[in-house]
Amino acid sequence: MKFKRHSVIPGFGFTLGFTLTYLSLIVLIPLSLLFLKATTLGWEHFWHTVVSARVLASLRLSFGTALASALVNAVFGLLVAWVLVRYDFPGKKIVDALVDLPFALPTAVAGIALTTLYAPHGWMGRLLAGLGIKAAFTPLGITLALIFIGLPFVVRTVEPILQDFEKEIEEAAFSLGANRWQTFCKVILPAILPALLTGCAMAFSRAVGEYGSVVFIAGNMPLKTEIAPLLIMTKLEQYDYAGATAIAGVMLVISFLLLFATHLFQAWTRQYERV
Amino acid sequence: MAGATGLRKRAANQVARASVTEPPLVRGILTAIALIFLVVFLILPITVIVAGALAKGVQFYFQALTEPVALAAARLTLLVAVITVPLNVLFGLAAAWALAKFDFVGKKFLTTLIDLPFSVSPVISGLIYVLVFGAQGVLGPWLQAHDIKIVFALPGIVLATVFVTSPFVARELIPLMQAQGNEEENAAIILGASGWQTFWRVTLPNIKWGLLYGVILCTARAMGEFGAVSVVSGHIRGLTNTLPLHVEILYNEYSFTAAFAVSSLLMMLAFVTLALKHFIEWQHSRETNLTAES
Repeated sequence: MKFKRHSVIPGFGFTLGFTLTYLSLIVLIPLSLLFLKATTLGWEHFWHTVVSARVLASLRLSFGTALASALVNAVFGLLVAWVLVRYDFPGKKIVDALVDLPFALPTAVAGIALTTLYAPHGWMGRLLAGLGIKAAFTPLGITLALIFIGLPFVVRTVEPILQDFEKEIEEAAFSLGANRWQTFCKVILPAILPALLTGCAMAFSRAVGEYGSVVFIAGNMPLKTEIAPLLIMTKLEQYDYAGATAIAGVMLVISFLLLFATHLFQAWTRQYERV
Repeated sequence: MAGATGLRKRAANQVARASVTEPPLVRGILTAIALIFLVVFLILPITVIVAGALAKGVQFYFQALTEPVALAAARLTLLVAVITVPLNVLFGLAAAWALAKFDFVGKKFLTTLIDLPFSVSPVISGLIYVLVFGAQGVLGPWLQAHDIKIVFALPGIVLATVFVTSPFVARELIPLMQAQGNEEENAAIILGASGWQTFWRVTLPNIKWGLLYGVILCTARAMGEFGAVSVVSGHIRGLTNTLPLHVEILYNEYSFTAAFAVSSLLMMLAFVTLALKHFIEWQHSRETNLTAES
């Protein structure tokens, strides 16, 4: 088997060489050094750091709130995509453009805006306090920030699939006697499910590592509202490089497994679509 | 008779429409829920920023923006973007050329690697450079002996930003160039054009909107990055503070109005980004429609 198929276009060696060098210097070498550093800790020290109550609590919180926010976005992201594709209402173009706001707004800005909004005296905070719910400085607040961050991932992956969905299939379902709800559950939803899951996985993996929009609203109480990225930051400020590296290593392994699973899943659905 | 056919046609149309959409009431309720959700999650935060920025009047607002430390932060933010974006444009172009124009072993794997920084927490993106260049890092002692500062200085901030924003241009260009195929480039080369001529006169005009799109997303993230920069910056006021870090410091000092004033600047940047993004999408769809018609 040859490494490369023949082509008349020049520049393969140069561009591939540049890409690999750049990628190695910026991404691969620094990242592998982190894993190397984690192995020099020794297994016992590493294990001791990772299973400490504070680290486990922060990992549980980061993954738990990320999962909760991804589930909320699965429902509301789908709804927003549905409404934007299927219905007409005044100002639709502006609303459509605004969906990308969480991509474009610096996370620190989103963080202080959401904190002010959900603080006990904020506009939403007062409303929720009336219902006896405390949002800011609780896991709920963290989840709200992560919903904000993850929304465009779900909407933007579902939207094109929904747009390309053929109306004829829905007409066929109708003429075969299905009502709208049945058509949605049994015909439309299965078709957009791969995109919806991909969008959710992207939102989830972004949410797990999210820092800027969460630190302000989290309250940062150890064991209660301290997310894993913040704990890394705290350990760094205390010059505990080994501790920071251990937590980072665990988070990276989980994120990479997730990335790998998403890619496999996408490859699998693409294959399925071709059949 | 004509009336009866018309009626029957209208009835048939109604059935056809009913088969692919929901009753008006359901449509109204779904739209209302979606809009309330978007108002709570998108419009309210924007309003909070504007209200917070103007809480002490217009004069205070401009004062907060023209403070020497705020200006220094703005300058640093721009400088970081000016260095980062061209580097990642070069990377994006090279990666897209290699991956879209050629078939070779390990292509899929390389594509995944390019996306890797997106699934790394920003804090970890900063941490890895501290582990390499920091005082206790691999190169730390050597750098100290030669009096070179990377972490807690401009080079560290640039490196962390380059890491975080490296996939933007590449992942915009790779699928675009793959979809366009190699035919035009093959023709140019066979007609005697050199590689550079082919790139400048054939490929670049074809990918210009996609490239611009990537540049805009890359710039917005480079200027707004917080977590990664926060780890490597050291938060030295007037020296290594970018605008997002300046917002954090002001907020933690309870200077809320000033924090929101600087935030409003970054928010306007976000709006410019969104506007440009939609302009490019519109241009691109117009051009593809034109070529499809001709």
